[in-house]
Amino acid sequence: MRVKIRAFGIAKEIVGGPVSQLDLKDKATISEVKDVLSLKYPDFSTLKKFSIAVNESYQDDDYVVTEGDELVIIPPVSGG
Amino acid sequence: MQEKIDIQISDQELIIDSCYSFVQHEGAGGNALFVGSVRSQTSGKKVIKLEFEAFESMARKELRKIAEAIMDKWQALGISIHHRTGTLAIGEIAVIIAVSAPHRDAAFEACQYAIDTLKVTVPIWKREYFDDGAIWVAAHP
Repeated sequence: MRVKIRAFGIAKEIVGGPVSQLDLKDKATISEVKDVLSLKYPDFSTLKKFSIAVNESYQDDDYVVTEGDELVIIPPVSGG
Repeated sequence: MQEKIDIQISDQELIIDSCYSFVQHEGAGGNALFVGSVRSQTSGKKVIKLEFEAFESMARKELRKIAEAIMDKWQALGISIHHRTGTLAIGEIAVIIAVSAPHRDAAFEACQYAIDTLKVTVPIWKREYFDDGAIWVAAHP
């Protein structure tokens, strides 16, 4: 399936804009989403870490993505 | 009882008294206030300005989780967290946290918990600008 993923902070620079399109296999997990991202944009491997939020919440690596999920790349946060 | 949680993310100047006033409670014996501001240098390098970017809807949710944990764990009477976005000059306020509680220990601890947790979980990103470029803070090892 083809999904849209939003990006903030340095992730926005790495993917070249606020949104990227990813081709995922059906029942892809968050872990696989990270792998696809790192393959498409090797600079993700230079980050301290990055997480994926689904529908405005952090999700574990084994969460299975379903059609309609709102995916967002969360690079290391630095508020405050 | 009216909920005593106030969460705001704003690109306008933050007002300390707005947070302090919000947490006032007749049962409070301690009111802790943390104010984070933009400093002029980092690791010896002169900072010109900062920019904060937020994933606002999720940031509000994560801030609320922090506030609810504080109400629960420290029996706080009120909590207000305001975080700035956009471009900030040196000395401007980036974040304000106000907590009121029956006693000072709870107020201090809750306030510390709030800022420490905010820095780990809330999707807000800081970009520091120098004379010779800019970096996203904490992005790289």
